[in-house]
Amino acid sequence: MSQWTKHDLLGLDDLTKEEIELVLETAKSFKEVSTRDVKKVPALRGKTIVLLFFEASTRTRTSFELAAKRLSADTINISPSTSAISKGESILDTGKNLEAMNVDAIIVRHSSSGVPKILSDNLKASIINAGDGCREHPTQALLDLFTIKEKLGRIEGLNVGIVGDILHSRVARSNIWGLKKMGANVTVCGPSTLMPRGIEECGVKVSHNLSEVIKTSDVLMVLRLQLERMQDKFLPSVREYAKIFGVNKEKLKHAKKDIVIMHPGPTNRGVELSAEVADGEYSVILDQVTNGIAVRMATLYLLLGTKEGN
Amino acid sequence: MTNNSKIMDKENVGRALMRIAHEILEKNRGTENLCLVGIRTRGAVLAERINECIRQIEGSPLAIGILDITLYRDDLTLVSTQPVIHETSISFDITGKKIVLVDDVLFTGRTIRAALDALIDFGRPASIQLAVLIDRGHRELPIRADYVGKNIPTALDQNVKVILKETDSEEDQVIIKSRAL
Amino acid sequence: MSLLIKNAMIVNPDKAGKNSQDILIEKGLIKKIESSIKDSAAQTIDAKGFLVMPGLIDMHVHFREPGQEHKETIESGSKAAAKGGFTTVMCMPNTSPVIDNKSIVESIIKEAKRVGLVNVIPVGAITKGLKGEELTEMFELKASGCLALSDDGRCVTNSRLMRLAFEYAKMVDILLIQHCEDHCMTHQAVMNEGLNSTILGLRGWPAAAESIIVGRDIELAQYLGGRIHFAHISSARSVELIRQAKAQGLLVTAEACPHHFSLTDDELKSFNSNAKVNPPLRAKEDVKAIKEAIKEGIIDCIATDHAPHTREDKELGLDHAPCGMIGLETAVGLTISELAKSKMLSWSQMVERMSSAPAKILGLKLKGEIKEGFDADIVIIDPNKEWIVSENDFVSKSINSPFVGRRLNGKVETTICNGKVVYQA
Repeated sequence: MSQWTKHDLLGLDDLTKEEIELVLETAKSFKEVSTRDVKKVPALRGKTIVLLFFEASTRTRTSFELAAKRLSADTINISPSTSAISKGESILDTGKNLEAMNVDAIIVRHSSSGVPKILSDNLKASIINAGDGCREHPTQALLDLFTIKEKLGRIEGLNVGIVGDILHSRVARSNIWGLKKMGANVTVCGPSTLMPRGIEECGVKVSHNLSEVIKTSDVLMVLRLQLERMQDKFLPSVREYAKIFGVNKEKLKHAKKDIVIMHPGPTNRGVELSAEVADGEYSVILDQVTNGIAVRMATLYLLLGTKEGN
Repeated sequence: MTNNSKIMDKENVGRALMRIAHEILEKNRGTENLCLVGIRTRGAVLAERINECIRQIEGSPLAIGILDITLYRDDLTLVSTQPVIHETSISFDITGKKIVLVDDVLFTGRTIRAALDALIDFGRPASIQLAVLIDRGHRELPIRADYVGKNIPTALDQNVKVILKETDSEEDQVIIKSRAL
Repeated sequence: MSLLIKNAMIVNPDKAGKNSQDILIEKGLIKKIESSIKDSAAQTIDAKGFLVMPGLIDMHVHFREPGQEHKETIESGSKAAAKGGFTTVMCMPNTSPVIDNKSIVESIIKEAKRVGLVNVIPVGAITKGLKGEELTEMFELKASGCLALSDDGRCVTNSRLMRLAFEYAKMVDILLIQHCEDHCMTHQAVMNEGLNSTILGLRGWPAAAESIIVGRDIELAQYLGGRIHFAHISSARSVELIRQAKAQGLLVTAEACPHHFSLTDDELKSFNSNAKVNPPLRAKEDVKAIKEAIKEGIIDCIATDHAPHTREDKELGLDHAPCGMIGLETAVGLTISELAKSKMLSWSQMVERMSSAPAKILGLKLKGEIKEGFDADIVIIDPNKEWIVSENDFVSKSINSPFVGRRLNGKVETTICNGKVVYQA
C-alpha cells in the first residue's frame, strides 16, 4: 500500500487516488475502535490538537474532537467569540501564537477559501481543513467515499448525483474531486442560479432534471439548502425549490433498488429531503456520522502518528 | 550481503505447535474459559494453527481473536515510515477468560507490552499467558513466555525470520539472517 | 542651472531617432536639441546606450493622502513615480476626505509642490463623497486644478445620474473617467468569475459586469455626445465594445494596467492576496485581447492603478483583504518585458501609450514629446537591464505587489521632471 507523505490535509484536490485509498483503508480499522467499551487507543498520546473554528459547527467539531480524544490526543477548542480574533488579530497572527505554544495540529474552519492554505504555508504544525469557504471540506468527502464503499463495495463506475446548491457547497467540490479520482461518474443537479460557472470543465455532467438524475444514480448526495440563499434572491421560493429539487418518496419511485441517499447534515426536512426519505430505507445519514469519526481518526493518525508525519 | 541459516523446517514448526497445544491444554486443565488471541500478522496465523491442533486433540476449537497492536506501539512517534493499521477483531468478551496470546518471535518484549495494554482495553481477563514460536532473548522488559517452540540464542544484529505458508506463500521455516563478515 | 543630456537616443511618438543627439534643458524647458551641444556650465548626463523618452504620464494612481498616510503619501508616492519613470500622475479622489471640493484639491496641489518631485494632478469626484447621489461642483473643481473627474473605486451605476454627469461635464469641458463595474453583479466578489473561481470556491466578478457599463456609457456618449475615458479595462468584451465605439467616431478613450496584460487569474490559486485587484485578473483570452488592443491603440494608454495597501490589510485573507496592488515601480519593466521585448510594441508606440496619448487626452499641450520648447519631463531607460522585483527595493510605503520575485527587462536610469533630476538609479 502507498505511503503517506502529506503534512497537511487541505483538500481532495491535492490528494492522489492512492492516498485517498489509504485513508479509507486506515479508517476501516479505526471504525472498530469506536465499537469497543474502552473507545481509546494511545496512538497520539502527548499530542496537542487545536480546533480553530471561525464558523460555528457542532457536528464537524464534535466529530473531530471525538476522533482526537479516541486517539488520546489533547484537544483545545478556540472559537472567535473566545479569542483575540474579534479584536482584529490577523489569522496568521492567531496561527503563529498557537504555534508558539507548540501545538502539533490545527484543525481549522473558516468562512474564507484558502485560510488553511495560508496557515500551512506559514506554520510548522499540521493543518487540517475542516471546511474553508465554498472551497473544500475534505474529511466530509472522505467519510462520504468511505460510506459509499462500505454500502456498495466499490466507488469506481458508480453514478453519483450531487443535488442542490453546488455554487456555495464545499462538500460538493471536495466530493467531485474525490469521486472523479476514484472513478465514479458525477452529475451535479440543481437550480441554474446555484450552478458555478465552468463546472462542466471539472469533468461532471450538469442537469436540472432531478427525476432523470435519480433514475440512473447509484448514490444521491443531497446538499443542505442554506436558507440565507433566499435573502440573496438566488431562488424565487423555498416552496418551488422543494417541489423541483427536493428529494421525496414520489421522485424515488424510479430509482435503483439499492440507491444510497446521503446528506452531510443538518437536514432541512421537507426542503431538500422529505422526512420520510431522511429516515427511510435508502438513507445512510447516520452511518455517515459514525464513519466521520473513523475517517477523522485515520486522518489524524496518518498526519500525526509518526515522526515524519509530524 | 547476508548469510541465512535455516534453524527450523516445516516439520519442526508443525511439531513445535502441536507440543505448545498440548502444553496449553495441560497447564489449563482443559479448554474451559480458554481462548487464543494472535498478534498480527504471523501471530494470528500461528494462533489459527495452534487452534487446529487443539481441535484435533479436543474435538472442538477455542474462541480466537486477532489483535493489531500498532496503535499501542511505544515507538510509534519514532518510526519514520507509517505502519499500516489493520483491524483488530475480537468478537467475544474477554472478561473472565484465560487468554493465550500468540506471537511468532519474542525479542525485546515491547510488542507484548503493547499487546497487553491493548487487550486490557478490551476487558478484564482472568489471566493472560504467552505462547511464541521463537524466543531469541535480549529482553528489555520483564516479560517471559509460558510456551516456547524453540529457544534460539542470537546476536543483537541478527534477524530471526519466521516464514509461513499463509503469509509468505512459501514453505514454513525459520531462518536467522546474519550480516556476512 | 541648465542640464545637458549627451548621446540621447530620443524616442518620440511619431518616430524613434536613428542617431544620438544632445538635449539642452533650461528653466524647466527643452531649450535645444542638436547633434552636438557644448555647454561647460551645464550639469551633464551621458545617456549613451539608453533610450530617452518623454516623461511618462500615469492617469491613474492612489496616493492615499489625505486619510491613509500609513499606506502612501504624496511624498512617498511621488518618489515611487519618479523611480518608475513617471513625471506626471493623476491621483484618484477616493481619499478620506474625498477629493470633491476646492480646498482638498488645493491642499493636494500645495503638498505636491512642496515635495517638488513630479507633477501631481488631482482627479475630482463625479459625485459628492463618491456616494453616487449628487454631482460635484465641476466648474470649481476644474478651476482649482482638476483635469478629470472620476468616482474610481466606485462606478456611477445610476444611469440617470451618469447622464447628468455627461451633460454637465461636457458643458464644463472636463474629462470623465469611469470605473466600469456593475456593483450589483460583483457584491463581495474576490476574483474573475470562471473555472478558477469555481475551483477555489471564491466569489466571482464576471467580465460582463465591466462590459455592461462600458456598453451603457458608450450609449450615453452616442446619445449625448460627451467624452468618456474608461479606467483599467480588463476584458476582451470591453475591448470589443470600445473598438466599435471608436469606429463610429465617438469620443471614447481607454486605459489598461500592466497587471492586466501580464497576469491571469491563475495567480489566485496560491491565495496570494496581493493578486486581488479590482477589476480582477482575468483569463488568458482577456490578457491576449488587452495586449492586442494596446498594440492597435484601441486601448489608448497604459496606467498603473497604483493602489498601496499595508501588509496587515493584505493578510486578512482573500475575502477580506482590500483590492489593489502597487504598480508605479514595475510598469516600465512589465511593459518592456511583456510588450516591447517581443516587438509587439515599438519604442515609439510605448511612448505613445505611456506619455503622448495621456498628454493628449488630458490636454497637456507641452508634454508627451521631446521637442524644443516642451516641458523638460524626460525619462532615460536602459531597455536591456535585467532585474528582479524585490520587496526591499520599493520606495513606495507599501509593498503589495504580486510581481515580487519576477525577473523583468528594462529599468529606469534617470527621471527628469521640470528640468530637474528627480531620480537617478
